[in-house]
Amino acid sequence: MKIFLSLLKSPGFIFGMLLFLGTILLALIPPLTMHLDHQTRVGLPFMPPSGKHWLGTDQMGVDMFALLIQGLRASLYVGFLAGTVATFIGTLIGVYGGYKGGLIDDILTVGTNLFLVIPSLIVLILLSGSIEEGRSLTLIAIIIGCTTWTWTARAVRAQSASLRGRDHVNLARINGYGTFGIVFMQILPYLLSYVFMVFILQTAAGILTEASISMLGLGPYDSISLGKILNEAMKNEALTDGAWWAFAPAMVLITVIVFALYVINTSMEGVFNPRLRK
Amino acid sequence: MFQNHPTLTHILGRAGWYVLTFFVAVTVNFFLPRLGSSNPIDILMAKAGGSSGMDTKAAREKEEAYLKEFGLVQLDRTGNVLRDGSGKPLPTSDWTQFASYLSLSLKGELGSSIIQYPKKVSEVIKRSLPWTLSLQVPTILIGWIIGNILGALAAYKRGAFDKLFYPLALLVSAVPPFCVGILLVYVFGISLEWFPAMGGYDDGLVPALSWTFLQSASYYYVLPFLSIFLIIVGGQAIGMRSMCIYELGADYVRYAKFLGVRESKILQYMFRNAMLPQLTGLALSLGVMVGGALITEMIFSYPGLGMAVLSAIQSNDYPVIQGCTLLITICVLIANFSVDILIGFLDPRIRTQSAGAR
Repeated sequence: MKIFLSLLKSPGFIFGMLLFLGTILLALIPPLTMHLDHQTRVGLPFMPPSGKHWLGTDQMGVDMFALLIQGLRASLYVGFLAGTVATFIGTLIGVYGGYKGGLIDDILTVGTNLFLVIPSLIVLILLSGSIEEGRSLTLIAIIIGCTTWTWTARAVRAQSASLRGRDHVNLARINGYGTFGIVFMQILPYLLSYVFMVFILQTAAGILTEASISMLGLGPYDSISLGKILNEAMKNEALTDGAWWAFAPAMVLITVIVFALYVINTSMEGVFNPRLRK
Repeated sequence: MFQNHPTLTHILGRAGWYVLTFFVAVTVNFFLPRLGSSNPIDILMAKAGGSSGMDTKAAREKEEAYLKEFGLVQLDRTGNVLRDGSGKPLPTSDWTQFASYLSLSLKGELGSSIIQYPKKVSEVIKRSLPWTLSLQVPTILIGWIIGNILGALAAYKRGAFDKLFYPLALLVSAVPPFCVGILLVYVFGISLEWFPAMGGYDDGLVPALSWTFLQSASYYYVLPFLSIFLIIVGGQAIGMRSMCIYELGADYVRYAKFLGVRESKILQYMFRNAMLPQLTGLALSLGVMVGGALITEMIFSYPGLGMAVLSAIQSNDYPVIQGCTLLITICVLIANFSVDILIGFLDPRIRTQSAGAR
């Protein structure tokens, strides 16, 4: 508890959290207070920002602000879902392998390292290319989670292995607790803050990865997302037309979210790791 | 057998590991496209069978050639495609297909492009690979070196330099690679028109080793280079900074300070120690870096592998996608292997470890 209080004293943590909560509010509040329609044309293509359309219109003449809010919601959703899946798989494999040691650990480590080396973008291209129909936002998030867990597994394994020889773990083993009992009761609680930090990074990675594959034209079919807004803008030559409002807001939002998450992560590292403080 | 050659043992061990990774990568490359509903092979099969009455002879020949090339269909003695009653080709079993894919990949035979038939996939790759290599290898290398130097300086100096540099590096590394690309294209390519925004060389030129061509190519090189470089510098500097802060608290640094060793010398010691985990980090993040750089290539319409993959995705040219992804994976594996070997040479602990009990 004390450590969480000291988190609240860290200016970096407060700053990052405020920034991140700001983007979440931006995704949640406007749809409640105003009429946002991201599907019908309301004007000419690429109309510059005006009082009526705060961020102008896209290549079809759809209100850009409505698109942006919808895209932000989708990207945050993908980030959280992909982050959860990746953290779950990675933590499970990492904690189990690190505690067990021996052959099981070796196999899990080799498997993790294999998929760490093979670029996940490649796996994503091959996989998303083959599921053209039914490539929903949720499915994309799950696929991303299933390809980015390797980092987590590696990092958590190292932490878990270092806890293996601790007294309380040995005591639990002598008392006849099973592997899963020990992993969940004796090891995971010690790693919670670490797992939370990993979750933050994985969420950022999820948002970035979704944007990357959407840029390739392999984005979700059932939803707009920040990456898809960028892809549409690139495809329809918003750049050469000088229609900065078609891509700049989406770029700023992605950057702000990821930056906020990075700041939260590094400030937590600073609090949990006294050696970094000075 | 190699007990007296720890370096050799290390290299052989790593090589074995990478051969294993290669086979997994090939397997992944074969099975992943077959997982989904719009399986490219099924689609091709349906095309080769279904509307055969309407197909022109040439189109049919092309599809048959592709099916035969990859051993996807059963053949009779004379090499004709066996078909069932409705004219659909009879597929071979998945394992036969996998075996033929494996042996073809090992031979470097990647088949023909569907869209640009009868152009070979290897030809497409041969044309774009030099662009990708000449863009990414120097950029990642130089970015890594500069990033680490800046990170070490920030950790050592602290104070005003660090206060300014650290948030800046954090911000730069948080900007997604494609955003940096779009920003540079828009600002320096389109608004200011300082540098060309798209492509790898002037339209009127033909790639050759001539002075005018190299001049034009290096002019087009600036923006893609910068956009990959900035991201890598930011990311590496942050990692190196925290690494060096750890090292600064180490006894050997304090001892050296008490002895009055020159600052530059201490920095040198520290750099060498902090660099090793950074090298390992480089090996692990190469895949991510290369992925980001490929997307940067697409934004700049740079004539490399990224662009080849993008246009293949847009036209559903599966052999080209598969060929490019396989090649990119192999390049990443080779780069990783080189870094691993380098670490072995720089860090004696690694060598003794792999020569030891394991």
